Amino acid sequence: MTLISAQLSPLTAQMLAVRDARDRAAFAALFDHFAPRLKGFIMRSGTGSGQAEEIVQDVMLTVWRKADQFDPQKAQVAAWVYQIAKNRQIDVLRKENRPLPEELKSDAQDSGRTDTDAGQILAVEQEALQLKEAISKLKPDQREMIEKAYLGELTHQEIKAQTGLPLGTIKSRIRLGLERLRHDLKDVR
Amino acid sequence: MTDITHHTPDALLAAYAAGTLPQPFALVVAAHISLCLKCRAAFEAHQAIGGIVLEGFDAVEISPDLKTNVLSLLDAPDQESDVYARTGVYPGPVMQALKGKPPRWRRLGGGVKQNILSADESGSVRLLYIPPGQAVPDHTHGGLELTLVLQGSFSDETGRFDVGDLEVADEDLDHTPIADYGAPCICLAATDAPLKFNSVLPRVLQPLFRI
Repeated sequence: MTLISAQLSPLTAQMLAVRDARDRAAFAALFDHFAPRLKGFIMRSGTGSGQAEEIVQDVMLTVWRKADQFDPQKAQVAAWVYQIAKNRQIDVLRKENRPLPEELKSDAQDSGRTDTDAGQILAVEQEALQLKEAISKLKPDQREMIEKAYLGELTHQEIKAQTGLPLGTIKSRIRLGLERLRHDLKDVR
Repeated sequence: MTDITHHTPDALLAAYAAGTLPQPFALVVAAHISLCLKCRAAFEAHQAIGGIVLEGFDAVEISPDLKTNVLSLLDAPDQESDVYARTGVYPGPVMQALKGKPPRWRRLGGGVKQNILSADESGSVRLLYIPPGQAVPDHTHGGLELTLVLQGSFSDETGRFDVGDLEVADEDLDHTPIADYGAPCICLAATDAPLKFNSVLPRVLQPLFRI
């Protein structure tokens, strides 16, 4: 574990400590990192400061309560928190229950937890770094489009009309994810 | 599960990840991701970009007691909402929309049945039951229409759609999907056009107006 943690990003290591050891200090560190960003992220779509903080509170409590659903072989901490924030925004602001995909059986069964594949976790982190770099190299207006799309400011028709997405990088990210999912399912069957 | 050939287009997956897809379409996409590994992987990739966008946000000052509040609530009991698992041909998100109960079919004529799951100004989503050889109803759409096959198959001018396949149709596609021979075809269909009752209501109302 210590050997793995040394290579992992601090956020991933903290999230694993929350998930596996219910580590409150690690959670406090995650709060300090994410809460101020989440607030900015939520306020950007026109939510007032007070309601934004209520949503931040719900999101951070979900991070603690649903920590067992965090799978670093599947997603980076930020991607997982992003999805929780989106779910909560829709539930609160649109007063809808957002339809969510099924969890894969292998995730729910916690089967592979003891033999967490450090190589796979590092691969996910590597992919995220490459994706981040690809986005940072885009022209400012393309970067702004991506920001708008994932903030939820564009309809799917508007997204369809945009061609600024770093498709090559997404494709390799999809390939990596697909390999892992196929591997997981083989274990289940 | 491995034979899915018609997938969710990237723009729809991105809009779903970003939460901008209207609820009827979001339900179909969530159901398709539940059945399709490739689209699940693509969805995860979109979440990864969302995470990068979130990470890139400048920190905004938060009230000092927010952290204290959250930390004091860590041991508070969580209100769990009901989660319904996949049942028969119906994926988890569909069972969620059915609140865990079996579909309540209403006849549309010709052996075709439907169960409307939700309908409002953002569009509608329903389950359709189509006997072999019958046409999939209400394909006079004006806007976007998503149809996910849950059982059996249907074919139209663009090809054949089997279990797990998603057909994306817009105003440019003039097609007549027909359920193939074999098991009755069960689909999950969403549209952003206003809900029409052209098979039931006109027949009831027409005599009234003629009198």
